[in-house]
Amino acid sequence: MPEPVADRPYEPVIGLEIHVQLATRTKMFCGCALSFGEEPNTRTCPVCLGHPGVLPTVNAQAVHFALMIGLALGCEIAPRSLFHRKNYFYPDLPKGYQISQYDVPLARNGALGDVRIHRVHLEEDAAKLVHAGASGRIHGAAGSVVDFNRGGTPLVEIVTEPDLRSAAEASEWLRLLRATLRRMGVSDVNMEEGSLRCDANVSIRPAGEATLGTKAELKNMNSFRFLQRGIDAEIARQEQVVRGGGTVTQETLHFDPVTGDISSLRSKEEAHDYRYFPEPDLVPLAPTEAMLSRADDALPELPAARAERLERDLELAPETARLLAFRGELGDFFEAAVAAANGGGDGAVAGPRALASWVTVELVPRLGDTEPTESPVTPEALAKLAGMVSAKAVSQSAAKQVLDVMAIDGGDPEALIVERGLGMAAADELGAIVDGAIEQNAAAVEQIRSGNEKAIGAIVGAVMRETKGRADGGEVQRMIRQRLTVDG
Amino acid sequence: MAARASDEALSLTAAAAVERIAAGELSGAELFDLYRERAGNEDLGAFLWLSEAAADVPADAPLGGVPLAVKDVFCVEGVPSTAGSRILHGYRPPYTATAVERLAAAGAPMLGKTNMDEFAMGSSNENSAYGPVANPWDRERVPGGSSGGSAAAVAAGLAPWAIGTDTGGSVRQPASLCGIVGLKPTYGAVSRYGMIAFASSLDQCGPLTRDVTDAALLFRHMVGCDPCDSTSLDYPAEVPLPTAERLDGVRFGAPPELTGEGIEPGVLEVFNRVRTTIEELGGEVEDIALPHTAHGLAAYYVLAPAEASANLSRYDGVRYGMRAGDGDLLSLYEETRAEGFGDEVKRRIMLGTYALSSGYYEAYYGRAQRVRTKIAEDFRAAFERVDLVLTPTSPSVAFRLGERTSDPLSMYLSDYCAVPMSLAGIPAISIPGGLSDGLPVGIQLAGPAFSEPRILDAAHALERAVGFTGEPWRA
Amino acid sequence: MIERDQVLHVARLGRLKLSEEEVERMALELSSVLDHIEKIGELQLDGVEPTSHVLPLENVLRDDVPRASLPRDRALAEAPEPAGGGFGVPSPGGEG
Ligand SMILES: [Mg+2]
Ligand SMILES: [Zn+2]
Repeated sequence: MPEPVADRPYEPVIGLEIHVQLATRTKMFCGCALSFGEEPNTRTCPVCLGHPGVLPTVNAQAVHFALMIGLALGCEIAPRSLFHRKNYFYPDLPKGYQISQYDVPLARNGALGDVRIHRVHLEEDAAKLVHAGASGRIHGAAGSVVDFNRGGTPLVEIVTEPDLRSAAEASEWLRLLRATLRRMGVSDVNMEEGSLRCDANVSIRPAGEATLGTKAELKNMNSFRFLQRGIDAEIARQEQVVRGGGTVTQETLHFDPVTGDISSLRSKEEAHDYRYFPEPDLVPLAPTEAMLSRADDALPELPAARAERLERDLELAPETARLLAFRGELGDFFEAAVAAANGGGDGAVAGPRALASWVTVELVPRLGDTEPTESPVTPEALAKLAGMVSAKAVSQSAAKQVLDVMAIDGGDPEALIVERGLGMAAADELGAIVDGAIEQNAAAVEQIRSGNEKAIGAIVGAVMRETKGRADGGEVQRMIRQRLTVDG
Repeated sequence: MAARASDEALSLTAAAAVERIAAGELSGAELFDLYRERAGNEDLGAFLWLSEAAADVPADAPLGGVPLAVKDVFCVEGVPSTAGSRILHGYRPPYTATAVERLAAAGAPMLGKTNMDEFAMGSSNENSAYGPVANPWDRERVPGGSSGGSAAAVAAGLAPWAIGTDTGGSVRQPASLCGIVGLKPTYGAVSRYGMIAFASSLDQCGPLTRDVTDAALLFRHMVGCDPCDSTSLDYPAEVPLPTAERLDGVRFGAPPELTGEGIEPGVLEVFNRVRTTIEELGGEVEDIALPHTAHGLAAYYVLAPAEASANLSRYDGVRYGMRAGDGDLLSLYEETRAEGFGDEVKRRIMLGTYALSSGYYEAYYGRAQRVRTKIAEDFRAAFERVDLVLTPTSPSVAFRLGERTSDPLSMYLSDYCAVPMSLAGIPAISIPGGLSDGLPVGIQLAGPAFSEPRILDAAHALERAVGFTGEPWRA
Repeated sequence: MIERDQVLHVARLGRLKLSEEEVERMALELSSVLDHIEKIGELQLDGVEPTSHVLPLENVLRDDVPRASLPRDRALAEAPEPAGGGFGVPSPGGEG
């Protein structure tokens, strides 16, 4: 006998719908250059303004990028897909319909990680409606102004199956998708600027049940933080509704990241009836072998595969491997450093794990907002520095000081070490300093001799102070013990 | 002397005028001025706008500077382009239609814009927001539509030739009712870029001319793939001028579905005379079944309005054209469109929106698309046996102004014989076959895709044998 | 027979404001046309492919090469209500 529903835990079921602006040079259906913050309505033509008599023409590069995305997400590519017209009136939609794909999308049935991809299709972006406020009043009424620069930008819409079970999972998966798209170079994938936009379909159901609850659609969460908070808030809202004996209604919602409130986005004065029908101005897309292999050849190693390889072949920790793989430029830097270390030849070299640590733990905080490619530190220089540490030619702490300098001014680590006298203290110099420290710390020597091993720290500290960190702590300890044993 | 010379120049077919110009006996500019003056004094309501002066055309341009009347459905940069609608009153496009551009480049400068049924929706030209057009054969009668202005202008000698658009008969039917030649090309032969859309999968631009040779000559310079129109194709070869005088060995099929019931007796009489003429010229005419064409009109009145309902959504008062409303967005849309569109356009938007709306798509749109498939198959099967299909162009001669305006269905029926070819995307020509009660009757010849040269040749032979000399403006 | 409610619903979808008289007339006219159209319901069309296009074309694509856009003045020249470098419209509110 099933438990009363109100007492059972609820399981969230989440699917995502992602719109990706493609990084083509021109719009989806006309030759206007894409807009990057130009003055309003300076990137328009009769086609993207929807003038009478114009016809759309399909951007080949957009199709190429869409095929790459379909293949990267492991989808089946439709042998023949159609464009449809999706009819509705809105001021940001110049033709009164959006050209999109409907019952036969370009690609379907794929997966990225553990999340299945329902479909991938091509469409055109809407224009931007700017609410002008009081200053823009038109004929006394509060008005808005339409800027068609963005209208017609190529979009790929990616729809997942409802395979996500928490806001954190959703956000984590979206990061993987973003890293993947970014790696492919098909989009700027900038959430703040709107080149990656995410809607979430959220429902809840009693844990263990197979049927889906009624979903609500959360619109346009423009950062990972908002996505996570929005979904969490919506899950909480639905639980409250259901536990209060109510039912969730299917609606489109807006999450306000400032107040945390969720509000209904549209007044439902009429049910949507998009009256889809095949776009008669365009012919079908039937990707040829040549188109498919060109798209396939253009695919780089994708982040998920790269993380796996770094973990498997270079024995990096999973977290480190993912960090390097998801931030592709960092991964490239790391792999260049590994290659430099392996090609270096003479002397001890730093292994991949050590290099990974140098990149992720030491270099990343020193980069700030810049990309590694823009840093004065080259992968070769970092590999050399790490190699000198491994060869005990420089201490860990002195090497960090060297990296501080390199991160600002660049330069060769070996030269910097010499110039600043940061190399390891030579054996005879170090021996003299150790002898001096033993002499000056009679009390500590006494304690060590009476069995308090920890007292050695005071002498090591004195040596390190004297050498300004140019000595290896383990080596210093070894020398102290040796001297005290021999003497005693 | 001067008057006789100008009458003579105006009586030339376009092809003859091109020859005169090439020989240095006439100039394109002279001819333009003569027509410009004639068209400026017309009282049929055929023109909505006239060019001030001809562009400079070199005498050796293939079309010599012979001016062209252009249906107002074509966008021409900076020139009022209304598609016969109030909603586009004052609209001056920022670009020019490919067909107009190509013809101008070939030496056919625009004489003016001709009147038409609003958004090409109509068969009588009575749906123009700028008034009806009178048929030059009888001013109490309609010129047909939707290219009524172009047809009347050519029939009345106000222009040597014209272009129009044909979605379900809009070139052929007015050509038939005005006693001239009208060619609807293979879908895709002529670019649609810049043609204000009615039903995109059916719309095609075609010539309206005094004779078959002129149609071939104009058509030759209209065709070709346009990078701005994804549904346009390269024409297989240059379009030859027709030369045939006999029809020996040419097989014609007359479908009972389009040559019997519903056709006026006077029209049938002319049709049967032409049938005999064909046989006299050595051609064979047999009955050939096109069983699904009887359903063509029904399918057409789903598909065309459905596409039109979307094509006309852009007229919303935001970016161009007229605007109405009381300050909120819904009223901007609803009132702009209520005031801007005429009755027939509203009817088609309603019909098309209904046919596409949730729950009705399969029953209407889906079925109509399948009927379309069957009609195309009927034609394909027919062309296995015959070279050309022969029908009357329209079931009736020109009807009286106002006679059918209150009964949409009776109006729609005047395209009964023309619509199946549009649905199949195949070319068809209408040529005058004779008179019935003093009014012209058009005969339609249709062939497989890209068979225009064959159609034009047969039409040429038939035209000479029929000897139609209708020139109402000379009477 | 098409009902008055359906006429109003379809008119709203198509953003057409109809007068009382037009609603009445439209119901009658559409019904008569639909009666004719519905004859295609009698045809046997199972297994027949729909034709949305008569052309044998596929993959008609345009190279991704920018072309000049319109000067802004020209883009706005036809606008009934240009405003602030754009096309003025009443704010959407509940419409959408
Ligand atoms: Mg979308
Ligand atoms: Zn554009």
